[in-house]
Amino acid sequence: MTSLTSRLKGRSELGVALLLGAAGGLVLWDAVGLVTPYSKSDPVGPKTVPYIVAGLLLVCAVMLAINVLRGGHGETEGGEDVDLSHPADWKTVLPLAGAFIANVLIIDWAGWVISGTVLFWGSVWALGSRHYVRDGLISVSLSLLTFYGFYLGLGISLPAGLLEGIL
Amino acid sequence: MDVFSSLMDGFATALTPMNFLYAVIGVVLGTAVGVLPGLGPAMTVALLLPVTYVLEPTSAFIMFAGIYYGGMYGGSTTSILLNTPGESSSVVTAIEGNKMAKAGRAAQALATAAIGSFVAGTIGTALLAVCAPIVVKFAVSLGSPSYFAIMVLALLAVTAVLGSSRLRGFASLGLGLAIGLVGMDSVTGQARLTFGQPLLSDGLDIVVVAVAIFAVGEALWVAAHLRRTPLHIIPVGQPWMGKEDWKRSWKPWLRGTVLGFPFGALPAGGAEIPTFLSYVTEKRLTKHPEEFGKGAIEGVAGPEAANNAAAAGTLTPMLALGLPTNATAAVMLAAFTSYGIQPGPQLFESEGPLVWALIASLFIGNFLLLVINLPLAPLWAKLLQLPRPYLYAGILFFATLGAYSVNLQAFDLVILLVLGALGFMMRRFGLPVLPLILGVILGPRVEGQLRKTLQLSAGDPAGLWSEPIAVGIYVIVAIILAWPLLLKAWRRSRPQAEPAFAGMPATSEADPDRTDAGGANPHPFDDRDLDTTRNTAAGRQERP
Repeated sequence: MTSLTSRLKGRSELGVALLLGAAGGLVLWDAVGLVTPYSKSDPVGPKTVPYIVAGLLLVCAVMLAINVLRGGHGETEGGEDVDLSHPADWKTVLPLAGAFIANVLIIDWAGWVISGTVLFWGSVWALGSRHYVRDGLISVSLSLLTFYGFYLGLGISLPAGLLEGIL
Repeated sequence: MDVFSSLMDGFATALTPMNFLYAVIGVVLGTAVGVLPGLGPAMTVALLLPVTYVLEPTSAFIMFAGIYYGGMYGGSTTSILLNTPGESSSVVTAIEGNKMAKAGRAAQALATAAIGSFVAGTIGTALLAVCAPIVVKFAVSLGSPSYFAIMVLALLAVTAVLGSSRLRGFASLGLGLAIGLVGMDSVTGQARLTFGQPLLSDGLDIVVVAVAIFAVGEALWVAAHLRRTPLHIIPVGQPWMGKEDWKRSWKPWLRGTVLGFPFGALPAGGAEIPTFLSYVTEKRLTKHPEEFGKGAIEGVAGPEAANNAAAAGTLTPMLALGLPTNATAAVMLAAFTSYGIQPGPQLFESEGPLVWALIASLFIGNFLLLVINLPLAPLWAKLLQLPRPYLYAGILFFATLGAYSVNLQAFDLVILLVLGALGFMMRRFGLPVLPLILGVILGPRVEGQLRKTLQLSAGDPAGLWSEPIAVGIYVIVAIILAWPLLLKAWRRSRPQAEPAFAGMPATSEADPDRTDAGGANPHPFDDRDLDTTRNTAAGRQERP
């Protein structure tokens, strides 16, 4: 057991192989479930390509697992603002995802102006800004500007939600 | 109609006051967003796609032309002033460009980049205008088997040639093809991978996929590794060049253009290889070899020209064959389809005025880029100081807005988050993004051609190689796939053979941990060396 855990340590990339395998399995399962009578006008049918894709995914999953167990690893992506010297900072990512999910949950009910404010303000907070008032003002004005910009400029009416009638 | 008169008609369309305004907006937006760290041209186009849905196609594409070149140019400004290129195509520019900026020659570096981009972009666009109709003439005679082969080639070439690990490239391609399968099968109407969810039966909106992978994935990824110490930004005034700089720049511009255009037009072209080749060429030909590594203007002029010429070259297969070869072109192709415009060789026939207006506005956008960007450079440099929380919160905000405004469904935002998490994971584990995007966009079209081919041959697989062009392309595909083995065999027979560019400073610092899934170096010019350069460039930044 201990040898297994020590072998798995630092091999989080096996999760990618697992995901590829799961995706491949899903595509395969879905393709098997399709019912199609053979037709002369479409000899390939809707199943062939899913089978190929599922095969590709499953082969990649197995090969990636072998590659990772042999010590291979993918190269993490750099960038202007990316500092790879410290490990992933989940204290930033999770609140950020939280702000995003909050927006998804309330957008239809509360409307874009409120949910967009929540999204921007929450994201800025998650990313480490602590100017609460200034951030709040920027969030509200961005949401209002985009709401009216989309409505007047592009003719797209974003949901007004709770503020229906006021906006 | 010949090329010249069609092009003049294009100019007439593009130069109407409203369309000209869209071109200006496109160039300014493209440069502004391209300068912002973390935002490349592909993401810029993806984020702005929804906004252009309400415009009529011609205006939208005129705007895209501006965004395209603007975004390309913006990236080079960032790499010169920050030394941490956001895109692989501006990695090479950063090598000499940042050294020049540190030596107090930022103004000259920006000027040679801007003017070089203009020269290369103009020549490249002219070549596009000449070449594309020729390619079309050749392409209209091709049938489904050849198209199927060409698309397979494009998918495999991008997956196998670019990037450091072929295995991870194919994994990414598989995911993209799977995403492309979601929805109703176009021939039989069977629902595939929809899990009984009616909202999925139309398939995933390509805008949502692109925004999720490029913007949301990137924002989450940067958030996890946000650099807490601010980067040192080199202040810059108005760009200008002295007589000596002109003398040293004009030849590298032209050589860069010659290298950039054909590589951009190839199925696995992209700008990485030509910018790199241009750098090596200039280093060999220069009369000032002692300056290389310390800020030689040739090392900025050549690669920047190559970069922009490749950008123009990329549009040749995109417009003539409907074949995108880089991420930006892939997103633009998605825009075509969302307007109900069928990409492919019929495009010049069916949408002639639109295509020529697009090409004309590429010329205009290129010119505007020069006129607008030389005076605005100090302002762009200020944009680099935007506080990072606002920048990345803003990316998420506009990504959400863009994805939501397509269908006004909260469901799309769920997909945005799920695929954003996928984009995050891909960045973490080094899965390249481009094969996924191309898989999503080309996947359904490849399937369509495959079915059409076998329909014509009544199910006989021999129909796949019934055209000589198709056979030729399969040979190329086989060579690409077998390349690592061929290279290994060649190396064994000539053990002393070294890569041609051993002179690059980066290769001597090759990362020993790096393992390649494909075994041998998949391609002599793959961006392994560029990646190493990028890593060392980022590493250098840490020093006080």
